[in-house]
Amino acid sequence: MPARVSLFVTCIVDQLFPKVGLAVVDVLERLGFQVDFPEQQTCCGQPAFNSGYREEARQVARHFLDVFHDADYIVVPSGSCTSMIAHHFEDIFDKEPENLERARRLESKVYEFSRFLLEVAGVDDVGARLDEVVTYHDSCHALRELKVKDGPRRLLGKVRGLELREMDAAEECCGFGGTFSVKFAEVSGGMARTKIDSIVRTGASAVVSVDSSCLMQIQGAISRVGLPIRTLHLAEVLASR
Amino acid sequence: MSAIFDEKIHQTLADSKLQLAIFAATGRLMEKRRKAVNADACPDYQELRTQAHEVKRHTIDHLDYYLELFERNVSAHGGRVVYCKDGTEVADFVLGLARQRRASLIVKSKSMTTEEVDLNERLEHHQLESVETDLGEYLIQLAHERPYHIVAPALHKTKEQVADLLTERLGVPRETVIEKQTMIARAVLREKFLAADIGISGANFLVADSGAIVLVENEGNARLTTSAPKVHIAIAGIEKMIPRAQDLAVFLRLLGRSATGQPLTVYTSFLSGPRRGDEIDGPDEFYVVLLDNGRTKVLADREKRESLYCIRCGACLNHCPVYRKIGGHSFPWVYSGPIGAILTPQFLGVNHEPGLPFASSLCGACAEVCPVKIDIPKILLDLRSDVKKSEEREGASRLERFAFRAWAWVMRHPRLYEMAGMAAASLAPSRDGGGWVRSAPSGIKVAPLDAWLSQRDLPSAPAKSFRQLWRERR
Repeated sequence: MPARVSLFVTCIVDQLFPKVGLAVVDVLERLGFQVDFPEQQTCCGQPAFNSGYREEARQVARHFLDVFHDADYIVVPSGSCTSMIAHHFEDIFDKEPENLERARRLESKVYEFSRFLLEVAGVDDVGARLDEVVTYHDSCHALRELKVKDGPRRLLGKVRGLELREMDAAEECCGFGGTFSVKFAEVSGGMARTKIDSIVRTGASAVVSVDSSCLMQIQGAISRVGLPIRTLHLAEVLASR
Repeated sequence: MSAIFDEKIHQTLADSKLQLAIFAATGRLMEKRRKAVNADACPDYQELRTQAHEVKRHTIDHLDYYLELFERNVSAHGGRVVYCKDGTEVADFVLGLARQRRASLIVKSKSMTTEEVDLNERLEHHQLESVETDLGEYLIQLAHERPYHIVAPALHKTKEQVADLLTERLGVPRETVIEKQTMIARAVLREKFLAADIGISGANFLVADSGAIVLVENEGNARLTTSAPKVHIAIAGIEKMIPRAQDLAVFLRLLGRSATGQPLTVYTSFLSGPRRGDEIDGPDEFYVVLLDNGRTKVLADREKRESLYCIRCGACLNHCPVYRKIGGHSFPWVYSGPIGAILTPQFLGVNHEPGLPFASSLCGACAEVCPVKIDIPKILLDLRSDVKKSEEREGASRLERFAFRAWAWVMRHPRLYEMAGMAAASLAPSRDGGGWVRSAPSGIKVAPLDAWLSQRDLPSAPAKSFRQLWRERR
């Protein structure tokens, strides 16, 4: 009996980047996992939490707890949403002991995608092939809140045909920041352009990350200036054959 | 966000020379710090951070005890502690003392605490000349500006701008070589040191068990400020306290490394009390002014009181991608960067600039480099919630609040969520390969969408959402 994995695909992947979700399913099934997609899922509540609307965030987070309460493993193709569930649910349920207990039970079950592959599936070579020079963008929440740093690089290192070229400011924010990207659009855009300069200097033709929101920001800014660089979620790279 | 905050940000971003100056200067400071804290240069760096955090936590949690201990020990050395509630009380104390001692000239070494209470302006208002003696601060004073950065006040000024400034204010021939500019300032300041009646310094640390203040600097001006004039007044926030002299073994190693990448600054001065009978140098009178100015309010807030652990190294500014774009003068108060974004709303109230806690992508670089491990992103999130609560009480931001309430409702009803997604997708141009759109569909006018599109393209809607594809797959 293969282990059962519940996919929390995230609202942004569900609505805007469904191919990323399919790639996650593809990689997990190849490794022998039985993937379940609880269809009642929506969002983790982070947009409201980061915007100062704690009560609204709590309502959405309660819904998340209801949907995923019996999951064995929850795999999330996003460092940011994983961190919301694993770290910030504790902050928003500090006055609801029952939900706090439920949130804590989920903490040990929720995994950012690359972490799940390395720590639970125990693989770094998923048999992928991609003939391309890529660079890796450390998304802030994966890097600083989940300490995801070497894992994605290890996985990329095993992809046949792929060359990973580090950029000089891999750890610097792309400027997305959720509602920050529209509340302080000019600053956010400036940060994206600084990031792109760093990407261009590597000569890579693709940027890889574990968060689709960062990639939306980077790709949006790349597309605006018309550079021949594409963005790929790590799952898309690992699903390539 | 207020219009003035928005405008200052816009002006800074539009000034390409200024952008380059900020980016280059902060980049150099980042690089220096990186080399000073790496495993070879400082193997126990992470342990030092943890220890510094714990010492600060203990001190701030027991601040009343350490303030009394400090005061007793300062008195035992012949000095005097003066408690001030705000800037007015600080100015009144200094002015009163200046009148009694018939003082007319004050020299100052760098102090953010005195900037916080506009001390120079208050003294000048009473015809007391107060001269900044740190080179950067001196330039800023000549330019009638506020410090651009906690550690490097004139970080935004190029040597050409400094040349113009010196010529204009001092009437000296234009000089663009930095070393020669320094000599010009030095010639002016030496005379001020010799003539000054009172020296005012800040304090990097207040050491409770010794009744001493500690000053770190690179120029030697703080030593002259505190030893040449007959009266020395140190002005510091109450949170600068540490329990024991031996704790400096932790803090001094972190401060120089985090601020400028130095293992130690060039000068570290330990000052306790006035000159003793058998000593040659030192002032006749020694005062320590301990300032509240909002700190006890922060102290009362258990969730956010760790904001008071800050040792003013400026590392969070240098590493902040937002500070590196918007610079120091966009911020509404003297403290800029991430630490300014958490101190300002707590000291001056969240309504002083309600946009401030939101001016962050929450990337966490600040917390990563903070030598005392202040969880700045968490405090920013708490402050955002405080802003929204305050807005709700005052009936502000109604549209946004309504939008988030509606959003939360939709997110609790998966069918509604799916229908809303499909409705939005039907309005947007669809995409099968991965098209990106440059403008909003005609007739659609939504402020956040326009803001996004002002800077970047937007992904067009895929033909089907993931959940639709999932169902088809089964």
